[in-house]
Amino acid sequence: MRRFSFHACGNFKESYAQEITIFETDFGRFWLLAGLALLFGVLPFVGSPYFLYVCNMIGIAAIAALGLNILIGYTGLISLGHGAFFGVGAYAAAILATRLGLPFWVCVPAAGFMAALTGMVFGIPSGRLKGLYLTIATLAGQFIIEYLLVHWESLTQGTMGIVLPEATLFGLVIDGDRPFFYVIFTCLVLVTWMTKNIMRTRFGRAFIAIRDNDRAAEGMGIPIFPYKLLSFGISSFYAGFAGAIWAFYMISITSEPFTLGLSVEYIAMVIIGGLGSIPGAIFGAVFITGLNEILRWLTDIFMSMGMATGFGLNMASLRELAFGLAIVLFILFEPKGLAEIWRIVRSNFRLWPFSY
Amino acid sequence: MDFFIQLLVNGLSIGLLYGLSAMGFVMIFKSSSVLNFAHGELLAMGAFFFLVLTTWAGLPIYLAFLLTLAGSFVLGFAVERLFLRPLIGESLIFVIMLTVGLASIFKGILLFFFGGNLHTYPEFLPAGLGVQFGNVFIPPVYVASSFIGIVFLVLFGLFFKFSPQGIFMRSVADNQTAALSLGVHVKKVFALSWAIAAMVAGMSGIVLGVINGINVHEISAIGLKVFPVVILGGLDSIGGAIIGGIIIGLLETFTCGYISPSLRDVVPYAVLVCILLIKPYGLFGLAEIERV
Repeated sequence: MRRFSFHACGNFKESYAQEITIFETDFGRFWLLAGLALLFGVLPFVGSPYFLYVCNMIGIAAIAALGLNILIGYTGLISLGHGAFFGVGAYAAAILATRLGLPFWVCVPAAGFMAALTGMVFGIPSGRLKGLYLTIATLAGQFIIEYLLVHWESLTQGTMGIVLPEATLFGLVIDGDRPFFYVIFTCLVLVTWMTKNIMRTRFGRAFIAIRDNDRAAEGMGIPIFPYKLLSFGISSFYAGFAGAIWAFYMISITSEPFTLGLSVEYIAMVIIGGLGSIPGAIFGAVFITGLNEILRWLTDIFMSMGMATGFGLNMASLRELAFGLAIVLFILFEPKGLAEIWRIVRSNFRLWPFSY
Repeated sequence: MDFFIQLLVNGLSIGLLYGLSAMGFVMIFKSSSVLNFAHGELLAMGAFFFLVLTTWAGLPIYLAFLLTLAGSFVLGFAVERLFLRPLIGESLIFVIMLTVGLASIFKGILLFFFGGNLHTYPEFLPAGLGVQFGNVFIPPVYVASSFIGIVFLVLFGLFFKFSPQGIFMRSVADNQTAALSLGVHVKKVFALSWAIAAMVAGMSGIVLGVINGINVHEISAIGLKVFPVVILGGLDSIGGAIIGGIIIGLLETFTCGYISPSLRDVVPYAVLVCILLIKPYGLFGLAEIERV
């Protein structure tokens, strides 16, 4: 049996395989296992239903944010249409489940593929455009999809919305917060594992090369356009996948939530968490979802005190303000996001008491 | 036929409004290449500032108008100094998201003080300003807004053509490094262009408020309508913004009148995608965007 290593005592990498290794020490492996045991073994049993609901929302948001991070953080393409792709996933799942009666485990990946297809269609302009022109093209995509979701009534039932059947997996009915907690977080763990490994393959390296300098990447033989489309496809797949789970979790869906605001929220998660960082996307999802819930709770308190209702202090204004401030302050003072703060805290612990 | 002419007139006036709103946006992009997602909120800030001055403080109209312009000028200056300047040289996503965050902050502030309801200005335009052509009636607000729009367009044209600051701004837009090496104070130009753009936005906000009443959500939605307009006209052309605005305005009213009212809001974006695919630098923009 090989010896466990618990502390890296310097940078002694000799091969590329060592460079891209996930766990440098067994310490990391141990913490990961402990974290997973806590997540699956303890959390669902001690948390209240409301707490589990918040956790589930965080999990769903984290899946979508991980996808967006592949696009923005690793490939350097900005999409303002991810809220709409999330909606495409939700509607695809709902339509497949109600019209064709497909089971849960088929619907969710199929919805992901539908969203991936949509994302790739709106990624086509990236063949000719880059930077802010591409951003504006995805903005147009957001509005066009939003319009279709409301007005393509024969398919989406417009503002009426769709009620989904119960989700079943391996003959078990999934309903309520705890079963969904297991489904969502199993998916999140799988998706994180997948993302980490995509980034270690040639696809991930090609994405990063395109982000850093697209001309140099092309000069080195990376076909840029297919890789950009692939990046759009993968990230929209994640969004659609998250949207499909969300649809089953919410039971009934309407076209209301899939606005530009949702797209912006996902970008905010990626930025606040840390661009191009996998834990960052999850931190960002925790931060934004947590912020939303805290603000809702605060508003409830103000409302019940009855002092602020007349002054127009409602959820909307408080939420907009705090959300905007969070984005602006993070960009100005910690552009690398929560992932960087996490790294600093960790290295302080590791180097203590000589942390300079 | 009357229906057609009425639609034409409506489309032209709405289009002129879009053009006016887009003007400030183009100005910011032209000098500092910042894609300003907070433009709708800048419009709304101007509109609400004017509301406060006219109804709450009870100032006379012309004084309120001038004070609003001055206030917007200061606001634009402050925004550039506090938020945009630290980001010079940062990547596109940070700049875009910063303006998105600013949009949220402004919107939150406005919602906090004014709520999401519709407010209106006191009636101050003389009724005799309306024009009657046969069966077609042009309401006074449209006449006034067209007048203001044309006056400002001419003023800005002259400003950019002849004044030293205008020439500095054009030089920075043309080639930042060259302008810097010839002694143009580029940071001052950035600050000035934000200030002027906010001023134009404040003025457009007032005009929008006079026509439709002021509602935070509606005015900030106009800020997103600006994108098809400026892409159609060319991101760095002020004249293009007006022409693009008029084309989009006509397109909207004719779709609304002849095809379906619900299509109205999505047609500009469909056009936007087509333009981006065919002629990304727009009708009047400089054809130097980088192809991949």
